[in-house]
Amino acid sequence: MSEAYQPARILNQGSTQEKAEGARLSNFVGAIALSDLISTTLGPKGMDKILQSPSNLLDSTITNDGATILGSIQISNPAAKILIEISKVQDDEIGDGTTSVVVLAGELLKEAEKLIHKRIHPQTIIKGFRLAKNIAIKKLREIAQDHSENEEDLKKYLKKIAMTIFSTKILTPYKSIFADLAVESILRLKGSTNLESIQILKKTGGLLKESYIEEGFVLDKKLGVGQPKRIENAKILVANTSMDYDKIKIFGSRVVVNSSSKLAEIEEEEKKKMLRKCQKIVDHGINVFINRQLIYNLPEQFFTDHGVVSIEHADFAGIERLSLVTGGEIVSTFDHPELVTLGTAKVIEEIMIGEDKLIRFSGCKEPSACTIVLRGSSKQILDEAERSLHDGLAVLSQMVKNPKTVLGAGCTEIIMAQAIEEAAKETSGKIQIAMESFARALTRIPIIIASNAGYDAEQLVSELKTSHYKGNTTFGVDVMEGKVCDVQKLGIIESFLVKQGMLLKASEATEMILRVDHIMSSAPRRRGMN
Amino acid sequence: MLRYDSSGKPFIIIRDQDQKERLTGSEARKANILAAMTVANLMKTSIGPLGMDKILVDQDGEVTATNDGATILKNMQVENPIAKLLVELSQGQDDEIGDGTTSVVVFAGALLEESLSLLEKGIHPSKISEGYEKACDIAVQHLISICDKIEFDKEDCSSLIKAAKTSLGSKIVNQYTDKIAKISVEAVLAVADLERKDVRFDLIKLEGKTGGTLGQTELIDGIIIPKNFSHPQMPKQIKNAKIAILTCPFEPPKPKTGHKLDIDSVKKYKELLEIEQNYFKKMTDLVKKSGATVVLCQWGFDDEANHLLLQKELPAVRWVSGTDIELIAIATGARIVPRFSELTPKKLGKAGMVTEKSLGTTDEKMIVIEKCSNTKTVTILVKGGNKMVVEEGKRSIHDALCVTRNLIKDNRIVYGGGAVEISCSVALNKASKEIKGIEQYSIRAFSQALLSVPIALASNSGLNSLEAVSEIQLKQMKEEKPFFGIDCLSKGTSNMKEQNVFDTLRGKIQQFLLATQMAKMILKIDDIIRPTGQY
Repeated sequence: MSEAYQPARILNQGSTQEKAEGARLSNFVGAIALSDLISTTLGPKGMDKILQSPSNLLDSTITNDGATILGSIQISNPAAKILIEISKVQDDEIGDGTTSVVVLAGELLKEAEKLIHKRIHPQTIIKGFRLAKNIAIKKLREIAQDHSENEEDLKKYLKKIAMTIFSTKILTPYKSIFADLAVESILRLKGSTNLESIQILKKTGGLLKESYIEEGFVLDKKLGVGQPKRIENAKILVANTSMDYDKIKIFGSRVVVNSSSKLAEIEEEEKKKMLRKCQKIVDHGINVFINRQLIYNLPEQFFTDHGVVSIEHADFAGIERLSLVTGGEIVSTFDHPELVTLGTAKVIEEIMIGEDKLIRFSGCKEPSACTIVLRGSSKQILDEAERSLHDGLAVLSQMVKNPKTVLGAGCTEIIMAQAIEEAAKETSGKIQIAMESFARALTRIPIIIASNAGYDAEQLVSELKTSHYKGNTTFGVDVMEGKVCDVQKLGIIESFLVKQGMLLKASEATEMILRVDHIMSSAPRRRGMN
Repeated sequence: MLRYDSSGKPFIIIRDQDQKERLTGSEARKANILAAMTVANLMKTSIGPLGMDKILVDQDGEVTATNDGATILKNMQVENPIAKLLVELSQGQDDEIGDGTTSVVVFAGALLEESLSLLEKGIHPSKISEGYEKACDIAVQHLISICDKIEFDKEDCSSLIKAAKTSLGSKIVNQYTDKIAKISVEAVLAVADLERKDVRFDLIKLEGKTGGTLGQTELIDGIIIPKNFSHPQMPKQIKNAKIAILTCPFEPPKPKTGHKLDIDSVKKYKELLEIEQNYFKKMTDLVKKSGATVVLCQWGFDDEANHLLLQKELPAVRWVSGTDIELIAIATGARIVPRFSELTPKKLGKAGMVTEKSLGTTDEKMIVIEKCSNTKTVTILVKGGNKMVVEEGKRSIHDALCVTRNLIKDNRIVYGGGAVEISCSVALNKASKEIKGIEQYSIRAFSQALLSVPIALASNSGLNSLEAVSEIQLKQMKEEKPFFGIDCLSKGTSNMKEQNVFDTLRGKIQQFLLATQMAKMILKIDDIIRPTGQY
């Protein structure tokens, strides 16, 4: 046999390819493994994961947040990468539901795998899934309750939603406290989704439940030496300018002198220049000066002498927030005091949180600004609390814009699944089987939640299904008690947007993975090549 | 490879002969054909509305999922020289037409596959080539004779939308074909010059954004740049903006010649200080004086300059990319200004509205420039649940844009769903009977190869492919109509005219020509020399 009849290799050395069944298998295995990995964190009794960074073994994170977990594990399977991506997008867009989106996609793929074993073409499965998704979304829109009319009502519902979100996180024991914190800070925003003006400040020490909301803005910095610790009716200049040594920015300039006296002269001139700048700043008629960059002793001394309080090295985000809350613009040149808008605050004072001294700005121009001070016994707890709180705030801020809610505790999933099953009965052909599979995947979510809580999940969920068939469409699984009950009474409600995002993204990713019948991987780039 | 001189000593003709291996004659041809067929077979499953996608993982582990033939081949990291030729073939189709990049490869593969059996019959490759050449001519003639014309104008573009839909049908966007086809056609019509039958593609910008679904893709009458204003307190909306486009930084100039500036006295120090501060003032003054209300700059701003811009109420955007700058310049009629001193009111561009918008919960911001004065420019903002979907969406829309453009250039169409291929194949079979000699065989082989595309189409759609194709062949012969094709989506009719499935005539002709050329080229090779141990 001559060589010509051997299969031709056409790809680069080291590249691999997987075809048809092999490719599909590898996709399913990867995606399902990932979703299994994360499914244990789902629900109020879900477990946490420790993430250890490969470079620094001492640096570990303990979390329950899907996006955080998925963001830090390193995966080479392409299908799993797609799932990680959707979780990230869900986080960016809505903020919560990052775990459930991946779990749902994983369950959908599990069902699809079974269908492919039955020799149903992937495109037929996709068609069925699409149909089912559309029915589910339609049903979801139908059952969603709109609370936009009544403001008092809205507040109540926001709190409930926040409680539902926090009940799956580390904040569970104090969810009521945190729900209040979150709702209060969100309502201050008055409909804006700009979470920038809510600052979360983490301070180790104390207990989680000692966290509180601080009116105004808290800056984790110290006031200059020898300056007053409390300023009333502050006029603030927020600046971004160098106050250490202000070099001349003309290219190629340097100081060349031939005697020490000349050097002294130039030094003197430099000092004068700095003092002139300080004078200009003081001429703005301010009593507080905040700079992004360092302030050296000389200008600080000058400010103290002129009764201006200076705060140095407020970082970039800090400066932007400060300018937002105090209403002052960020200034870099000081020649035209009449053009500059100054920031204002009723009181600026140094406060103590735990052991640390911080500066609080209260009575600012922008009333929406507030700071949530988180207390907790360790860095890990604080980090996780911050993530949870951020999830809650993100969802709530979207909720204010689109105040639609659906029932939680698996109730909505069952309603959608049953709507799909109903519609499937009227659809003929293989598509019907695919639709039924979609419905099954949806019911897996309450099953996983219940089994994470240690109950006989299949039993519970089948009871739940029966009660829905009997017409009790507000029933769900109570994971605390381990029985089926009326969710409406329990007050477990979730945001419509989270559920919708979960459905859309999971089915889009599933479709994408199902459409693939060939994976070609290039050889990894060799190190040292470039 | 050895030759001996008269005394029996060997000549060495190829350097390092022992480290190279060599295939000649029919072996070489077979090896080449096999390589080409491997690539073609790989692509076959992507054809048609029910075709599958491929996942490509690049050297850095980034994932691309796509259905676009050119993209698959380009990212495949092919090593075999024949396979590389096919990659270029698909690239050629992509550059010229933009669509049909998969079919062209499949067809070329089929031509070579058919030639294999001709070679076995002992027909000389150059004879096969000649036959293919002739067959291709006949096929193209036939195409022109069966093509239809579609009519459209700015108001009624429904026929264009149908064509765009055919192109989008095989891609992941196919659940939103209606909407996306409409967007694509509107975008093309917005920038098209129907009189001159010209479409300037550089005036259509595709911008991707994760979040939402593909269905939320929208057409924006203007330009989007993924940037924000340089100072957070600049106004977020400017009406009737006058735009200055600068390619010089808001920083003191850096002369390109090496120099040093020595400060050796207080006087000089003061002088320099003054000069420095004047720079910034002069820059912003010049901009203000020109009457500009928005500044777009390709470079960065110094903190002080930035603040001065704020004080002068000049919203500014920094680090705008070169391509964006050009596009905006074209759209708004602005001149790109390389020096502050050259800024004049005439050189400013005009736009009805410039806004900064934020999307989602993360603070990603975008600048939208709408109602540009000069040329119509549009942006298609593609949304999708994840990065890969967005990227694939962009590629699909690009294909649809190409199809629409081709129709504006030349409004002749042929029917899709394999209808033209079958029709040409039937015509060739007929013609072959009147041709004497060996060429007859190659013409018949060509006609057989034409069927590869409809066969792949049918088998991807889960039909019994051979049966389905022969059925259509029969039907076409009986009714003598060229618009019967494979009913991929089980719509109940094989009449492609009714199903509104069609391709551009230009694209089809190009496909035939390119594939034939490639097959001829590969057939001509009769010797492969390569280092041992390679592929």
